Amino acid sequence: MTVPSHHPGDTLLIDYAGGALGEAASLIVATHLALCPCCRLNVAEMEAVGGALLDEIEPDEIDPSCLDAVLARLDEHPPMPRAARPVRPAKPVETPLLPEPLRRYIGDDLNALRWKTLMPGMACVDIPTGDSARARLMRLRGGVGPPHHTHDGLELTLVLDGGFTDELGQFARGDLAVGDDSVRHRPVADPEGCLCLAVVDGRLNLTGALGRFLNPFIRF
Amino acid sequence: MSGLVSAGPVSSGLVSCGRFAFNARMQNTGSPAAGSAQALEALLLAVGRERDRAAFAALFGHFAPRLKTYLRRQGCDAGGAEELVQEVMLLVWRRAETYDPTQASASTWVFTIARNKRIDVLRREQRPEIDPDDPALVPDPVETADHKVETQETNGRLRAALKELPPEQAELLRMAYFEDKPHSVISAEQGIPLGTVKSRLRLAMERLRKALRDAV
Repeated sequence: MTVPSHHPGDTLLIDYAGGALGEAASLIVATHLALCPCCRLNVAEMEAVGGALLDEIEPDEIDPSCLDAVLARLDEHPPMPRAARPVRPAKPVETPLLPEPLRRYIGDDLNALRWKTLMPGMACVDIPTGDSARARLMRLRGGVGPPHHTHDGLELTLVLDGGFTDELGQFARGDLAVGDDSVRHRPVADPEGCLCLAVVDGRLNLTGALGRFLNPFIRF
Repeated sequence: MSGLVSAGPVSSGLVSCGRFAFNARMQNTGSPAAGSAQALEALLLAVGRERDRAAFAALFGHFAPRLKTYLRRQGCDAGGAEELVQEVMLLVWRRAETYDPTQASASTWVFTIARNKRIDVLRREQRPEIDPDDPALVPDPVETADHKVETQETNGRLRAALKELPPEQAELLRMAYFEDKPHSVISAEQGIPLGTVKSRLRLAMERLRKALRDAV
């Protein structure tokens, strides 16, 4: 099993570990983590930094009744008993294509999803999350790419199957591409096509005549 | 944790509101003694294994005042922060039996619970995380599978390295962890170019990572 060669980088991982990243961006970072042991170790270390920072923080005064209130509640039953983890076969017949936590959001049956066509050879499924950034599963036919565009915010793209190539290199399963407003790029799906998760935080700007024409359709 | 040194000037000179004076003080606060991380771990294990209420009260004594500061920096008022502290400490009680000291220190474990709880309550968002049992998870390479991120030794080095960070790096690191603002927002709000924010955070993390990894 190969490990990814394009990673989110320290600053995004710190935002994830510290909890500052919104849900959509956290979803794509966590799905990358499932495929990337190296970034998992980084996040574990960043959480250790969070623990050390919590220890060092200046303590605030706590009302003495606060401890009593908690002690009185220790025997309460949790509001919802935590559901037992579903039993999975010891040796799954087939590894699911979509790793957790993405699978929790959309399942693993790509054909059961409501795909909408954005342009010939390019379809997407919106993934509802709790924040304003947009998360989408995108499916591109080989050789297809979205029009030239730049970003006001941050665009994250995680390859789940197949791959794509852009000015920054070749991206395969597990690779995460980070685009910000300094990048004007044109990714093109590799011949076998590309399935990816894309998150855009901030409005996507399309440039060029075709872009302006398409803008109402695929604007994030 | 008494005898705080008086607040020094904020050397990064980023902004000068009260919050950052607080930050400067924080750097001068002594970290817990070396045995303390061990003591917290023992308390948490006692809660998990024996439902030890005295141990829980001792954990509360250490963590609740710190969690309150953490939650107030996330925007809670004093009352709201204490309510949320109670919720976090209840989760500590209920989940203590799942605590694995080979995975993280007690403080790190409590930090992740507090982080997830405040994302849930204050931001009303889910916290997407990996499932360690997921068959689609790419496993750790054999040579690092038993690697322990935090030991008593690395913990001490990490805390020492935190104290030695240049102020402008420490400042941004604390903002990133405590203020619910991604680095892009910090950049915009502080008027520091995004590239500078990123490089300071990266440099800080490189030093801390070195402290954590230079074991043996």
